[in-house]
Amino acid sequence: MLSQIKTLWTVFVHLFKRNETVQYPEEMPYQAPRYRGRIILTRDPDGEERCVACNLCAVACPVDCIALQKTEKEEDGRWYPEFFRINFSRCIMCGMCEEACPTYAIQLTPDFELCEFDRDNMVYEKEHLLIDGTGKYPDYSFWHVAGKTITGKDKGEAQNENKPEDVRSLLP
Amino acid sequence: MATIHIDGKPYEAKAGENLLESILSQHLDLPYFCWHPSMGSIGACRQCAIITYADEDDTRGRIGMACMTSVTDGMRISLEAPLAKDFRSTVIEWLMENHPHDCPVCEEGGECHLQDMTVMTGHSMRRYRGTKRTWENQNLGPFIGHEMNRCITCYRCVRFYDEYAGGKDLAAFGSRGRMYFGRFEDGTLESEFAGNLVEVCPTGVFTDKPFAQSYTRKWDLQSAPSICVGCAVGCNVFPAERYGDLKRITNRYHGGLNGYFLCDRGRFGSHFVNHEKRIKHAGVRTQSGDYEFGDVSNAIKVAGATLGDRPIGIGSPRTSFENNFALRELVGSENFCTGIDDRELEVIKTALDVMSRQGIVVPSLKQVEEADAILILGEDIANTAARTALSVRQAVRTKSFEMATDAHIPTWQDAGVRGHAQSEKSALFIATPAATRLDDIATQVTSGSVSELVALGSSICTRLRSPSASSDDFAGRVADALRTAKVPLIITGSSLQSIELVQVAANICVSLQEHDQTSSFLFVPTEVNSVGVALLEGGLSLSTAMQRMAEGQGAIVLENDLYSRAPANSVDKALSPGNFLVLDTLENRTAEQASIVFPAATYAEQTGTFVNYETRAQRFYQVFEPQDEIAPAWSWLSHLAKTLGTGSTWNSYASVLEQCAEHTYSLLRDIAPSSDYRIDTTSRIPRQSHRYSGRTAMNAQVNIHEPKAKVDTDTPFSYSMEGQNPGDQNGATIPYVWSPGWNSNQSVFKFQQEVAGKLAGGDPGLRLIENIGAHLQYFDVDTPELSRRDGSFEVIPLHLVFGSDEMSNQSWPIRARIPAPFVLLSQQDATILEVKPGMGLRVDGITESLEVQVDSRLPSGVIGLPQGLVEIPQRAIDRAHLSVDPEFVARSNASPEVIAKG
Repeated sequence: MLSQIKTLWTVFVHLFKRNETVQYPEEMPYQAPRYRGRIILTRDPDGEERCVACNLCAVACPVDCIALQKTEKEEDGRWYPEFFRINFSRCIMCGMCEEACPTYAIQLTPDFELCEFDRDNMVYEKEHLLIDGTGKYPDYSFWHVAGKTITGKDKGEAQNENKPEDVRSLLP
Repeated sequence: MATIHIDGKPYEAKAGENLLESILSQHLDLPYFCWHPSMGSIGACRQCAIITYADEDDTRGRIGMACMTSVTDGMRISLEAPLAKDFRSTVIEWLMENHPHDCPVCEEGGECHLQDMTVMTGHSMRRYRGTKRTWENQNLGPFIGHEMNRCITCYRCVRFYDEYAGGKDLAAFGSRGRMYFGRFEDGTLESEFAGNLVEVCPTGVFTDKPFAQSYTRKWDLQSAPSICVGCAVGCNVFPAERYGDLKRITNRYHGGLNGYFLCDRGRFGSHFVNHEKRIKHAGVRTQSGDYEFGDVSNAIKVAGATLGDRPIGIGSPRTSFENNFALRELVGSENFCTGIDDRELEVIKTALDVMSRQGIVVPSLKQVEEADAILILGEDIANTAARTALSVRQAVRTKSFEMATDAHIPTWQDAGVRGHAQSEKSALFIATPAATRLDDIATQVTSGSVSELVALGSSICTRLRSPSASSDDFAGRVADALRTAKVPLIITGSSLQSIELVQVAANICVSLQEHDQTSSFLFVPTEVNSVGVALLEGGLSLSTAMQRMAEGQGAIVLENDLYSRAPANSVDKALSPGNFLVLDTLENRTAEQASIVFPAATYAEQTGTFVNYETRAQRFYQVFEPQDEIAPAWSWLSHLAKTLGTGSTWNSYASVLEQCAEHTYSLLRDIAPSSDYRIDTTSRIPRQSHRYSGRTAMNAQVNIHEPKAKVDTDTPFSYSMEGQNPGDQNGATIPYVWSPGWNSNQSVFKFQQEVAGKLAGGDPGLRLIENIGAHLQYFDVDTPELSRRDGSFEVIPLHLVFGSDEMSNQSWPIRARIPAPFVLLSQQDATILEVKPGMGLRVDGITESLEVQVDSRLPSGVIGLPQGLVEIPQRAIDRAHLSVDPEFVARSNASPEVIAKG
């Protein structure tokens, strides 16, 4: 009896509180920056693609909805995805791909509006996924940490690296 | 046997073996780097630390390296003691100090021994805050990528490349923390075994360059057990596929054959599977000469009309036993031709006769490594069957193992064994026309024309029969060495196309038998299924078959470019009536002239059997489904049989195999389990790893609905990740090696009975011919007449590891290593003709001028022409005249940078 009165009271009190429901889509609800919505591929601070096609997102994906193929542009030595495909009709927005990504390339965004009439339109290729900015991590550049050479960063020029050793030196 | 107590539990081990091997043979986990089952221990990495206890009462123990400790009976050790574990994780932490942050962009990632060992020891957090050492990389050619920053200085690369494979151009440079593993300067790694560095290196210093171009992680590859199609050794391989492309080849362990290593022709020679010249549709030639594609049933109907009654069938040594059998069924054995050139076929048949006789040992490569005196007669095995040469290299170490045993040095103590033996080697005598890449380890080498080599063989035989006649010449020394050896071995082959050479080699075996010695006889044919198709026996020789074709009889040509078998003019004549059908994988000169072409599956796209040099029949399985209309040859032949109303029809591989086994060798059923073989009575064996990714996105751009995985009715494998790959299943059914905690190829020990021993489920393959024939009698050899000196030169076919194999020549990484067409001259003849290497020579009968190369050993009066590189097969011309081409411009080899894919 007492609990029922309590419940009625709570409901009654809510009559005088602010509405939680918003008039979507006219009014957009607030989404936290770390909300797990539509997946994007971001770029390095220098504007190049961050994704190095390491395949860790694909292997972390519990529903196997990411497929990609590594390629290399001959001129710069970087690894890229030749294609990068996410099947959003299978994606469960778990964020494991983002967690697995060693370069902060793949990120989940607050955009949750992913409805389509046709399931085929839920297949996103690289051109649909790639944005122009750095997303949530503005400063990180994987290639400046990795030891592999790319154009503009020779051996010994990455973070915490010595100049290349001289093999012919006989000094102790 | 000895009993050892590991963490309180007793285990059986071999006394005297090294402890690391015993621990791994028990399938226990112990991290290691520098030890390799084929190369023994050197104790360089300090990773396999364990605690050994003096006796039951000793609780403290002392730390030691398992790989440097001999097993003794009753010994007590601990892998799990905290001190040992701490030691191992500290060692890893040191090794990782300079390791770059490369894993996401490293081709080794996901199958990296260093990753596995780091996880195994528990080192997960980097404490080192200093700067990292770096290195400049080298360009090591088209096969091998180099990323020196990742090196952990285990020395495995130089130990393999220099000591095991006899390479000269890879070395350790520098000192202390500056050790560098590379070449003296940038350049292609010359050894034909360089590709093994990819698998030998525990981390990503040496990587597979062609694979890296369109890289896929190991867990995403679909693979199945297969056989290399590069030569007749029949090495076991894992071809791996993703997105419909064959991505790479890796070694599949076989205790008796290839062991842990492949040659580069095998490793990099399979990209022809993805070639743009693949025939993908059935086509009918129209009036205009073009092909009309798209209507399969029409093509089959036209084929029926074109071929007429009883067409002849030309088989092929480069396709499976079953496909050749299917063709023979269709045309009848009196109309079937093996597709091998007449003389070569005779050579193979002679050798097969020898191999079937009592008392003749046909050695596996493992047995080759145990030989203590070897005579190589006529065959340049480093080029025709490169993996055999690697085994011969190990065989000359037999003596050093004997010396080590006498000096109480354990045979696994690699540095000790090598240091004690110094340059002492077992006897290896090489008698070939030109220099070979085994000359550096030979006791003595000699050269000669084919007839001189036959004469030499006869002379060795005479010396063996009358020991008193021994003298201090080559033949005498060979005879002495063979007579005193425990396991003498004679190696010959078909590349010189001399029956007499095989006969004298057999005669040497007979005379050894007369001395109650075992006699091992290794005959090297040139192609993957040369032996298989020779065993099928056809009623027609190639020359008769071609003559009949020229007369207008319809013919079916199965996976065979006749221009690689016979002189161009005779092939032109045979093909001119044009009423023949070609079943092939790639476009070639023969296929271009056919009235109908059918697209045949390559070895990676079908299941079948190849028969290797020892007559060992081995099953290879379909790795992935072929695209478009491509289908196994037997299924096209079955359709044709229906139309022609002759022969048999089949609807599955199992039915072809069943009929084939019934009509030929019943053993074919037993070489691998049938399609209803299951693990634990229910599970299939998966072609994909348990973490195969992208299933729901791979084909989403084509069809959003995921296709149902194909149900494989032909094999015990599944086209999915479902099933089990436990490791102890039948040895012929291992689709990939992986074990929990062991993602790299090092996990293979979990699939073996004991380290470097047989596979847990037995080594695959069975010999079709048993040694049950009557004892071998001496062949009456007619020595061919010695070279005449009429100003012409005797032509000897040269086989090249890169350049003489029809299919691997179409593989783009191999193309970068194929030399420009050349003519090999002796030093003397070069002086007489006044030519130098790089100048041009015209050889009569050959349209283009050839670049001169001079060989130190070639006898004067003999020239060598490379098989497969020179337009017209040299078989057409046994003798040739030479003239200098003053306008010749040497064509430099395509540099690795400019070669384009495909």
